[in-house]
Amino acid sequence: MTTNISFLLNGDEITCDIQDHWTLLHLLREEMGLIGTKEGCGNGECGACTVIVDKLAVNSCLFLAIEADKKNIETIEGLASRDGSLHPLQQSFVENGGIQCGFCSPGMIMSSKALLDENPDADREEIKHALAGNICRCTGYIPIFESVEAAQKRVAENKGGQND
Amino acid sequence: MTNSKREFSVVGKPIPKLDAAQKAMGRAEYIQDIKMPGMLYGKILYSKFAHANIIKIDISKAQALPGVYAVLTGEDVPKKMKMGFYKDNPPIKKGKVCSFRDEVAAVAAKTPDIAKKALNLIEIEYEELEGIFDPEKAMEKDSPLVHEYHKSNVLKLPWSLHYGDVEKAREDAAFVVEGRFSTTWVTHCCMGTSGALALFDANDNLTIYSNTQIPSLAQKDFLEALKTMGLSNKRVRVIKPIIGGGFGSKLDTYAYEHIAILLAHKCRKPVKIVFDRQEEFTATSTRQPTIIDIQQGCDKDGKLLFRDIKMILDNGGHTSWGATTPSVMMMPITSLYRVENVRYDAKCVYTNNTYSQAMRGYGNPQATFAIESNIDMLAEKAGIDPIEFRRINRNHPGDITPQDFKITTCGLDLCLDAVEKQLRENNSREKGVGIGVASLIHVGGGARIYKSDGCGAILKMDDYAKVDIFTGGTDMGQGLDNITAQIVAEELGLLVEDINVVHTDTDVCPWDVGAHASRSTFVAGNAALGAARKVKKKILEYGSKILDAQPEDLVLRDRLIFVPNDPEKTMPLDKLLRKAHFSPGGTMLMADHFYDPANENMGKDFKGNMSMTYTFGVHGVKVKVDEETGKVEVLEYVAAHDVGQAINPLLLEGQVYGGVVMGLGYALSEEVVHKNGKNMNANFRDYKLFTAKDAVKILAPVIETPDKDGPFGAKGIGEPGCVPTAPAVANAIYDAIGVRIKDLPITPEKILAAIKQREQGTA
Repeated sequence: MTTNISFLLNGDEITCDIQDHWTLLHLLREEMGLIGTKEGCGNGECGACTVIVDKLAVNSCLFLAIEADKKNIETIEGLASRDGSLHPLQQSFVENGGIQCGFCSPGMIMSSKALLDENPDADREEIKHALAGNICRCTGYIPIFESVEAAQKRVAENKGGQND
Repeated sequence: MTNSKREFSVVGKPIPKLDAAQKAMGRAEYIQDIKMPGMLYGKILYSKFAHANIIKIDISKAQALPGVYAVLTGEDVPKKMKMGFYKDNPPIKKGKVCSFRDEVAAVAAKTPDIAKKALNLIEIEYEELEGIFDPEKAMEKDSPLVHEYHKSNVLKLPWSLHYGDVEKAREDAAFVVEGRFSTTWVTHCCMGTSGALALFDANDNLTIYSNTQIPSLAQKDFLEALKTMGLSNKRVRVIKPIIGGGFGSKLDTYAYEHIAILLAHKCRKPVKIVFDRQEEFTATSTRQPTIIDIQQGCDKDGKLLFRDIKMILDNGGHTSWGATTPSVMMMPITSLYRVENVRYDAKCVYTNNTYSQAMRGYGNPQATFAIESNIDMLAEKAGIDPIEFRRINRNHPGDITPQDFKITTCGLDLCLDAVEKQLRENNSREKGVGIGVASLIHVGGGARIYKSDGCGAILKMDDYAKVDIFTGGTDMGQGLDNITAQIVAEELGLLVEDINVVHTDTDVCPWDVGAHASRSTFVAGNAALGAARKVKKKILEYGSKILDAQPEDLVLRDRLIFVPNDPEKTMPLDKLLRKAHFSPGGTMLMADHFYDPANENMGKDFKGNMSMTYTFGVHGVKVKVDEETGKVEVLEYVAAHDVGQAINPLLLEGQVYGGVVMGLGYALSEEVVHKNGKNMNANFRDYKLFTAKDAVKILAPVIETPDKDGPFGAKGIGEPGCVPTAPAVANAIYDAIGVRIKDLPITPEKILAAIKQREQGTA
């Protein structure tokens, strides 16, 4: 079965025909060529495919593309500014050793973004909780927590600057 | 290099990974992401039995499925195409299967879905044979044979040594302890699964994209594979996409690579095989399970007199390079602490389980688990504090160990101090809380396993003083690109962003033995440094003419060439290079360097200085054990390493943190569960690796003892982080509640059983 769906993808309006059995991950990676969203397990167990759907971090490997209809989807490709400057989370992951092999990084960053969008002042325990579904085998997680905290600081400082 | 500390401008700085931004943006291309016009998808069918004869295979239905381009069985594999240490393992089996992971057929199809469907249409008739899954039982006389032609399940391998006189030392010892330890299967869990994409050009030259850690050795293996296909004198180009984690899993060539090659040749199209997660669990190689009987003894003052170890390794159904891990286990067995009398005997035994291969530490974690757990037992028996016991027996710079390892720099004492200070600072003894330590030795200056331990580098500079360096070394996420760039930038007075590191392509990169044995910083680093030095010499010679100065007075720094304290004699480096290029008889600055360390292959008696230098470390952990539930909570972890010189402290910390957490999984939770040879937990829900929720606070003191042979004094640090973790945890649990768990992983069930046993024993 083919269905026509429309959704917002990283701020752009998209209308396309999809097969009903496609996952959102398949639509993004295989049909649209957005390779930033990774498949680590295909079973919703590792978080490498995390994208944000209407402000919620979801495993796109378990999320049917048809469910994306009329939704607001954010993927890793939408984070950096159009001028190429990195999102504070991306910048902080780069600077704090949050990235080694990098395969988990897009999902890790998207889960972090969903958390901070909802709860900008999340503490270490809340960060751990939010990232519990994102597996990383390289970093031991500590640099990832530090990256998220550095991003919080960066955003807070920028806001402070704007208020002056 | 001298042993004194010197000031650096780029080396020693926490410079972020060069490829981190593209990874953070989702723009890094892994094998999963690469597509080619006309590309087909390969898929492998595995055995339905652990041990069986293949009676009949019918591929006709699979072949008839629209979209299927090729179906291969063992009959289609050239007779001489074999893999592994024994070169006796064909990429697709015929006649007989020896484990559930044995490949029995493969297909190439237009889409992954069609490939999967085709596998389901392949009909195979098996005759099941009695399987053998316990290596000790497999050693018995009447055990079924995994490979009849070997006539025994015990491999004929020479892993046996005896230095000094263990029997006499045992008689002399005031205290002797013994124990039987065991370790089980654990697996790498790279987030990016294994995969390869093979294609042939019109002249039957092969290009293969593979996330391998050994591009040059893989090239050799694939050249040999082509020969077996009747394709002699062809070229093989190995291209590494960005690697989603290695940890040793990609230290050999595998069936999926050979099958991709066979399918690509048969279909005359690019064929890609990428493992799904279940396959990654079931069809890649694990760390070797071991059964270790150990005995150690010391004199009344705690001086270690002997170490006597017998080991059984489950070899699985096929012999990979993993069967050589005992040769690396010899390192901690003969050389962790001063011990003159050492005996070691290891047997690798065929079973119908999965077979193992390299995994971070290459045998060292298993051996160190037994040694360091048993050292605590010995210290207790001798009535000596366990940290003090280690101090008494520690290695010293200048030592030559019984295996003839030459200890150059050794910061083991400083590591012990750092860990003790941290762990005992506020050591209030709560109930159920305990501390444990364990030390490690590992190769830190290359490891001469093959005939060459070398790495090549080619360096060129352009008119803008930008550098391209083509290295044989492999970055698989650990950050060798940075190490290479920082070393070159330091030597040439440039910034890291001026250095482009190319490590991806055997067509342009020189030979390297591979990213193993924590050797890349040391060996690939020295190769890069050698090339940079040659270019630097040329720059200084030319600069001395232009700036009218002695070469030895000239300094390269901050993209300038200058004579310090002489403002007249300075010039931007790029300007000098353009002058060199665009003058009559002009020159471009290029150099190559092949660095092969002066380390030694082990001789027949296994003696030989395998590495130019050795990395030492001590891990300490404070745990809290809940005696009601058996749950272990890691309260504090400190991992001190003697790294020579940190080239990049940020990446160094990353190696240690990641290693420790992998080690904690090894200690407490990770196990590939096999039931009669079948993997029972091939997913992340049931294979319990540490998640963000389990993450613990880790302190990683860095001890710097610059090594005279290391690039800017550095030693390797890739593997040590996960080597002594398990015994440190086991020792801490013993300290906390008085039970000694000798089998990994130390699960709550094992702790509760041990507590029960203890209570029954004392009742």
